[in-house]
Amino acid sequence: MIKTDVVIIGAGPTGLFCAHQLGIIGLKCEIVDNLDKIGGQCIELYPDKPIYDIPAVPECTGEELTNNLIKQIKPFNFNFHLNDRVQELRKENESWLVKTTNNKEFITPNVVIAGGVGSFEPRKFPTKSAEKFDGKTVLYSIKDKSIFKDKSVAIFGGGDSALDWAIELSSISKVSLIHRRDEFRGAPASVQKIKELSEKNKINLFTKYSIKDVKGNGSLEGVEIKSEEGENKTLKADYVLGFFGLIMQLGPIAEWGLNLDKKTIPVNTESFETNKKGIFAIGDICNYPGKLKLILSGFHEGALAARGCFKYARPNEKYRFEFTTASNTIKNRLGVK
Amino acid sequence: MAKIKYIEHNGKEHIVEVQNGLTVMEGAVQNDIPGIDADCGGSMSCATCHVYVKEDWYDKLPKKEMGEDDMLDQAYEPNSSSRLSCQIMVSDDLDGLSVHMPEKQV
Repeated sequence: MIKTDVVIIGAGPTGLFCAHQLGIIGLKCEIVDNLDKIGGQCIELYPDKPIYDIPAVPECTGEELTNNLIKQIKPFNFNFHLNDRVQELRKENESWLVKTTNNKEFITPNVVIAGGVGSFEPRKFPTKSAEKFDGKTVLYSIKDKSIFKDKSVAIFGGGDSALDWAIELSSISKVSLIHRRDEFRGAPASVQKIKELSEKNKINLFTKYSIKDVKGNGSLEGVEIKSEEGENKTLKADYVLGFFGLIMQLGPIAEWGLNLDKKTIPVNTESFETNKKGIFAIGDICNYPGKLKLILSGFHEGALAARGCFKYARPNEKYRFEFTTASNTIKNRLGVK
Repeated sequence: MAKIKYIEHNGKEHIVEVQNGLTVMEGAVQNDIPGIDADCGGSMSCATCHVYVKEDWYDKLPKKEMGEDDMLDQAYEPNSSSRLSCQIMVSDDLDGLSVHMPEKQV
């Protein structure tokens, strides 16, 4: 059980800057994120895309922004809990008990939800029949490639994950690669390699096809694919792999008794607290009149939520506003002279 | 201003007037039309504003820019008439456009 002042859900730019603001006012926090790296959408969706509307930064990429935010909170030595997701929030006396998928437990007066549009999860096949094999022979990520040795593997997708795995597995498995159009969005070198392997019959390439049905009773036997013209083919397959990128799912957040408006959480604009005392929401996931889904708005929301957390974390102290330029207390916290 | 018809997967039609300069996605979201999620808010990074545009209109729309097809790869049941509605800018020329929503967005 970890005792802290604030648990932040989401390590995107908004969560990171909120952590900074908590550090500045002398509070501790723990940051949980479902992804395996820090940065949220900035890192997962557009690490290389330039962003032009961060105040005083004319241009930077999602990755640069993330790295700078990480650097900015370094003096505070906050803990990150990556590859983990907050599953449960439960009121315990005046505090919140926070439980994660990896069975970590936190006790805290404050939870800040900076979860974007929810957690990233693999996009799955649209076919109902794929569900009963999910996690066994229908997979959306690979942990141990040795299970595919000498097996027939049908890989769906046109991005780098699909291409890289098709190339990698072509040496140990019988690989079919199926994609809905002729163009691939993966790296040009990988696309070239796929074409070569296809010419050498090391990969069976099916473009302009998509999944129709997964075949097999009990165990997976094959996969039926369809073209837009309505032509069907059945491929033998021991494993079916789908690489369609990630989607954002609100997930367990929907079950915590918070007021929800579509997929967003209404908040007050004074402290960004939700309808539950001690639970705050900032960034893309929060909603209030005039809300803009901009990173800069997330920064502002995080700064105010941090002050909102103070009164529950230090009920007997009065919060005093200070400038970083003038306050020695803050400079000590930052470790600067 | 263009009159746009949004047709849900179950056939239910919504006809709304959308201002020039908004996107077809924004026209749906601002009028609370179900079937278009637009999780990313229009930055072409989520594929949850996917619509189908029938041939007669498909060819009249401004062409897809780089990246739209890459995103559509990740949409629910895309086909050759698929577009991301956040990438279709409304103008007078689009008056009478119909878009069909997929069964679901993810």
